Order: sequence, then structure tokens, then C-alpha cells
Amino acid sequence: MTTAADKRMTLAEAAALVKDGDTVVAGGCCYSRTPWAMLLELLRAQRRELTLARNLMCYESELFLATGAADKLISSWVGIGLRWGIPKVFREYVERDPSIYEEWSHLSFGMRFLAASMGMPFLPTASLLGSDLLGRTPAQEMRCPFTGELLVAVPALVPDVALIHVHTVDAAGNAQIEGPVYMDVEYARAAKTVIVTAEEVVPHEAIVRRADRTQIPGFVVDAVVEVPFGSYPHECHGRYEADFAHFDAYTEQVIADGEAGVHAYLAEWVEQAGSFAGLLDKVGASTLLEQRRRALDLVAA
Amino acid sequence: MTDRAGPTPAEPTPAELMTIAGSRLLRDGRVVFAGVGAPLEASVLAKRLHAPSLTIVLEGGSIGPRMLPGRLPVSTNEMRAAHGAFMLTSINDLFLYGQRGCYDYGFIGAGQLDQYGNVNTSYIGDPDAPKVRLPGSGGANDIVSSCREVMIMTRHEPRRFVERVDFITSPGYLSGPESRRRAGLVRNRPVSVITDLALLGFDEETGRLRLDALQPGVSESDVHDNTGFELLVSETVAELAAPTEQELAELRWLRDGSTTTSSTTREVTSAP
Repeated sequence: MTTAADKRMTLAEAAALVKDGDTVVAGGCCYSRTPWAMLLELLRAQRRELTLARNLMCYESELFLATGAADKLISSWVGIGLRWGIPKVFREYVERDPSIYEEWSHLSFGMRFLAASMGMPFLPTASLLGSDLLGRTPAQEMRCPFTGELLVAVPALVPDVALIHVHTVDAAGNAQIEGPVYMDVEYARAAKTVIVTAEEVVPHEAIVRRADRTQIPGFVVDAVVEVPFGSYPHECHGRYEADFAHFDAYTEQVIADGEAGVHAYLAEWVEQAGSFAGLLDKVGASTLLEQRRRALDLVAA
Repeated sequence: MTDRAGPTPAEPTPAELMTIAGSRLLRDGRVVFAGVGAPLEASVLAKRLHAPSLTIVLEGGSIGPRMLPGRLPVSTNEMRAAHGAFMLTSINDLFLYGQRGCYDYGFIGAGQLDQYGNVNTSYIGDPDAPKVRLPGSGGANDIVSSCREVMIMTRHEPRRFVERVDFITSPGYLSGPESRRRAGLVRNRPVSVITDLALLGFDEETGRLRLDALQPGVSESDVHDNTGFELLVSETVAELAAPTEQELAELRWLRDGSTTTSSTTREVTSAP
């Protein structure tokens, strides 16, 4: 948390705010508004032994496991989407050692961050009751002190760092999200350090004009990085649709070659691309514009 | 084979039988929390055909979406799932309306389920030394813990219908109604399981699955052969009506968005 007026920096500078061993939560949901540029930057910076948390995880799960960037994942669901199934290398890692994966339901996962965002040590919920998930997490059954009702207490999760990708932000970190906010507001309020990447950094007055759309106030934000198409190949609501052809190619490669396929993908899209801008160059303007056109079909005029 | 001009409606596939049977259970004016895939397709179909005031809610924060035919969402949180919604909210908020008791139906799929309607989408085999890791709960556990009437839709195969699930991701009746009450699951109940072979309900005394109706052309022994446990049988087993041409055409149009299947459905959707 900082109140500096200008928090703009580069992806590499923002990556330096993340330390080996940190618990990092990534915003968005599955392949939507994922802070993809920032995640790749952490891989480029060769962070180690992170705990990566995300409500629904896509194939960043296996990018982080296969590189050793993360040695533990916390989520409620890991898959690429109906069409592609579960990331194969993620599956192999968990089948070898289930202790690397902490599994929650979607709401109980979210309430851990909601508790932290409220400055509370836990919250009660009706989820997880009677399930085998309960005994494999730090959640505990509790009785309501007023009604005696059996409930589940989920402990707050205070991440070291939250990575959030938004539509617009000003230099101080006042951030506006279009479309569903997922759990990003809770993550930003819960985390000790918050890195915001954005499609556009806009003047403060542009934020003020639509103050009712500001979801994250600058005083919880530590870093601001402008990264157009920063969720690509994932989607950003109203800006570009997820690139399913890219997912097809990725999954084919990983189904064929397993972990070596993950490393080949990273060699191509992180090392050889050199930077996220290099990655976008490699994708090409015509693909990016097509993804943008497809997104515009889906949002109200 | 006879020669005909133009496309003839093909026989319904098993997946279509299941989806259409599921859609008929959803009543107008209710709120359904639907998982992506078949439950969502069934919900959208119901809304377009017989339940125009059905409100669909989706896990990613989308309330009241209208799907774009040919572009049904592949994941519950994406732009396609938000198309035409009248409210987009946070994920916690969306689930907490459910915990508050605002959702009439919870409609999910299942990897593996047992005779008490307990669902496993986590591990096949011993969870400490698993044979297969599955995707996990996502919102399914929350849906079955809070939505008033829980409906499960899955293909009817012996490997899916097992005596006891390896892992309870999303609880049904656990080992019977009393065990469900003792576990604190008092807000709602599992109601039906819809498959490509049958419609199953739950016996109120034992909490066990019961055969209530057969899909057209399916025999009781087909169902038993594909169920890995002793399935209770209702005193009178009905046969579900075959999908109408309208239902099939509408469902196919939703899936592929092509205009060749849309001629009948245009009239349907504009009817009062």
C-alpha cells in the first residue's frame, strides 16, 4: 500500500516486487482477464517456490509447476475449458504428489479473500459441509454462537502479492474494470502488495469522470504497468476474445510431448519472444484485431 | 432411404435426449444456477421454449444472460457467458445470493456419482495416491450446499454410476437423509438426476437413487446394465416423451448458430 502519485513502472520492475517463496494470487477467472503478461514476467524473472492461488486456473497452473516457479497451487478448479479438458502436466504433477494442490470450492476459496479484504480472520459459510474437501483444507466446522447452526469457518488468506489486470487505471493506481469483476476487488484489498496491469493508463480526470466505476482505489495499489492486450491469449471483457486457436495449438503440443511441450511453449513465447511486446508482435496485428472484432460482437452497443 | 429436398431432422443423439429432458424440468419464473455445458444448454433451451421468465445465473458473475446462438460459452466466466446479462457482479456476490436462498435450482454435471447422489469431480482412486486427478469442484460444491433443488445431469455409464464415490466433492445424501442433516446440510436437497437413459429421483426414506422414467426406446434392463449399483425402481416407471422437432431444432440452432435450423425456432421465440 502506498499513496505515491505515480506508480508507473515496467513489467520487469513490477516483477521485482515478488520474492521467491511468496504467496501470489492472480486475478481474473480461468481464461478471462488473466494477468498473463505479468505471469510470464515472473517466469522470465525465474521466481521460485511461489504458492500460486487463483479461483479457477487455466494452463498457467502447469507453466508454473513445470518451471519450478511454483511448488504449490491453491484453487477450486483447474482446466482450460470444456473443449480442452484438464491441463495434462498439472494432472501428472498432482497425481505424483497430491500435497502440492490445495483444493477448495469456488465460494469457500473466495470467502478466504473476502475475510482478508474485511480485515477479519475468518468467515462462516454453508459450503464444504459433509464433503471430503473439508478435511483436506485448513477450514473447520463451527457452531454459530447464536443459533447453534453447523457451519464451516474458512480462514482468511492474505497473499503477499496480488496481480490484477484491468481495463483502465490512472498513474496512482485507481482502477476500473468493465464486465465481471470476478474476485479481483477482494484480492486487491486482501494482498500486502498489489500490482495492477492495464489495457490503458488514463489521466486521473478520466477516472474521476466515471468514479462510480472505480473498483480498486489507488491507496491499495503498489505498481501500475500499462500492457495493451495484457491478458492475451486469454480474453479481456469487451476488448478481445480468448484465442481458442492458440489454446488448441498449446494443448496439442502438451498432449503430444508432455512436460517437454510446456518447455517448448515457454521457449517460443517467453524466451524467443524476448518480451511481452515481442510476444504480441509474433501473434501479429491481424490476429489481435480479429480477437477484438469478436469481442465487440458480444458486448452491448 | 428416401430422397428428400432439404435437411431432415436427424434422430436425437444421447446428449440431446439428456439435455432436452433436463430442460423440461425447469419451470418458468424460477432462478437456475447452471454449470457450463449440458446444464447451461438445457437452461437456455427452457428459457427459449417454455420458460421465458427463467433467470439463468452463471458462476463467473453473470445474471440473466441470453446466449448468442453458435457462441455458447466454453467456460462459465467468459464474455460469451456474460452476453445479454442484466447484471454482472462479483463471484462472491453471485454465490452469496445462492447461500441466501435466492436460487430455486442448482444444475450441475458430474464426473462420477453414487447411489446417494454424492458427486466426485476431484480424484479417481485414493486421494493420497490418485489414479486420476479431475478438474475439481469449481462452484459445484457450493451449488449443492445451497440451491434449493439440486439437479445433476450426466451420461449414464457404469464407470460414472458407482456404488461409492472415491471422493465426495459435492455431497448428495451422503449415506442417507439423517447423515445429510447431521452434516449440517439442511438448506436444500438433491432432487433429480437426468441422463441419456433415464430420469432418476431420490427415495425420501433412504436418500437412494430411484428410476422414475425411461428415455424413449430405453428398457429398464438397459438402465440397470449401465448402473454400477442397485438402483431402486419406482412403482410406475413412465416413459419420457420423445424430443419434439421444435426442441431439437432449437437446441441445434443454439449449438451451431446456423440459419438452416432456425426457421422453425424464429416463430417459437416470437410466440406469446
